[in-house]
Amino acid sequence: MNYRARKIKEYIIEKIIFLSGVTSIIVVLLIFIFLLKEGLSLFSTVSLKDFLLGRNWYPISNPPQYGILPLILGSLLVTVGAAVISIPLGVGSALYIAEIAPQRTREILKAGIELLAAIPSVVIGFIGLITLGPLIRNLFHLPTGLTALSGSVTLAFMAMPTIVSIAEDAITAVPRQYREAATAMGATRWQTTRRIVAIAARPGIIAALMLGIGRVIGETMAVMMVTGNAALIPHSLLQPVRTLTATIAAEMGETVQGGSHYAALFAIGIVLFIITFIINGVADIYLHKNLKKKTKK
Amino acid sequence: MNFKNIKNVRIQEKIASAVLFSSTVLVVLPVVLILAVIVVKGIGAISWEFLFSMPRNGMNAGGIFPALLGTLYLVAGAILFALPLGLLTAIYLVEYARDNFLSRLVKLAIVNLAGVPSVVYGLFGLGIFVTFFHFGASIIAGSLTLGIMILPVIITASREALESVPKSFRVVSLSLGASKWQTIRHSVLPHALPGILTGTILGLGRAAGETAPILFTVAAFYLPKLPTSIFDQTMALPYHLYVISTQVPGISEKIRYGTALVLLFLVLVLNLFAIIVRSKFRKRKKW
Repeated sequence: MNYRARKIKEYIIEKIIFLSGVTSIIVVLLIFIFLLKEGLSLFSTVSLKDFLLGRNWYPISNPPQYGILPLILGSLLVTVGAAVISIPLGVGSALYIAEIAPQRTREILKAGIELLAAIPSVVIGFIGLITLGPLIRNLFHLPTGLTALSGSVTLAFMAMPTIVSIAEDAITAVPRQYREAATAMGATRWQTTRRIVAIAARPGIIAALMLGIGRVIGETMAVMMVTGNAALIPHSLLQPVRTLTATIAAEMGETVQGGSHYAALFAIGIVLFIITFIINGVADIYLHKNLKKKTKK
Repeated sequence: MNFKNIKNVRIQEKIASAVLFSSTVLVVLPVVLILAVIVVKGIGAISWEFLFSMPRNGMNAGGIFPALLGTLYLVAGAILFALPLGLLTAIYLVEYARDNFLSRLVKLAIVNLAGVPSVVYGLFGLGIFVTFFHFGASIIAGSLTLGIMILPVIITASREALESVPKSFRVVSLSLGASKWQTIRHSVLPHALPGILTGTILGLGRAAGETAPILFTVAAFYLPKLPTSIFDQTMALPYHLYVISTQVPGISEKIRYGTALVLLFLVLVLNLFAIIVRSKFRKRKKW
């Protein structure tokens, strides 16, 4: 090939690669634009305050009421419950896998955690529905076992793989000299783990927790199958609740395209998009903190 | 030295190990149990007829063929779209982009794409592909939605694979007079291939299992016929499991567990395959 043709070819390829490279930015923008395009029309009839803080979600009554406070509280309750379960367990097993487990066990556990992450949420929801539901109903003598508690337990297992694998990475990334120095000064393994390694890996562990929680907030199918789906302001973990995500998934099929209910569901999508955008952005900052520390030594 | 103190430290050490170990057991054990229950209860349903025939009697009998086929179509479509785009994005980030505002923006966008809830992808797909482009609820709309969702998985894996190729490979190729693209094409990509493959398989697994993005873009509750074009709706395995376990009362447990088993098998085999490819590659790599 002569030089000139090669130059032109290089130029074209470079441009194609550049265009593909910026597609991600365009896609994020498009997602936001399309959510706004379909969702904003709601606010010509409902004020932002009534939407976010309204206590009633009655989309099909006449006149409809689009207050998402019960849904926000539902999501919050289930998420907090899941965090309470998954954070200690997740960090605990990350410490075990990274610091204590022998090499062989470690490989097996990591593969196991990865497989847990791969189980489709609809399968986890199915199992939760069949096993957890009846269990919680009998345990607490409730009319239904599909409650915020069953949602929390189910979601805890969906957050776990994220928390464990990212926290484990952060813990493993702590330089060996730290451990050697602590051991040389007479610290036991647990003292080293708790006072040196866990502290040095803190930004990465925080990022892991945030990403885990981000996954919980965005989780849809499993939570829709096990929480009972009652769009009421929850007063306890033993009541059915309805999350933001489940509301979209459950109701979109029944809406009229372009109607106010349809717009309200897209508006919930905007809320979710903004929440996860913030969580992921902050988690990313913490991850980079961990990385910087590692390279600085 | 205070001996009582040493004893305390020893006990502490033991307790800490025990606590950390049991939390690991609590994380891993349920996974094993879930797998065991689904396999034990579902295996009885699996037969040639179950896999390759149409559902009958309001999904109470017969097979899951249309859902299985639909999922294969959707996954194939998603990967056709996401693999080239994701790979080129990774090449851009690793080989071409300087560390400037734009490349940081691209990375931030990828991080956020990875965090967008799956149901929001569903809304996006509904807004852009189904409505704006008038594809209607169709295989192409569902595939594109799933493709966008797995884009970050493929980009991240491909990036890691490209970054793991030593710089010297590029320098040597360039010094022999190869152009930048020739260098990437012949000296970098071949060595990054296993890593890219791993990412692609993980993406396939994710696309096969997701339900929320296909809810409003393609998935049909029940169809008596197989889809004939990419503008048709189709049934899909994960949505089918959702339908028979929550929407239709009285479906036999055997069929539900059988469907769950097929979906789980499909996804886990893909993931296991990816894990094996990756570990083989890591062992062989000696530069």
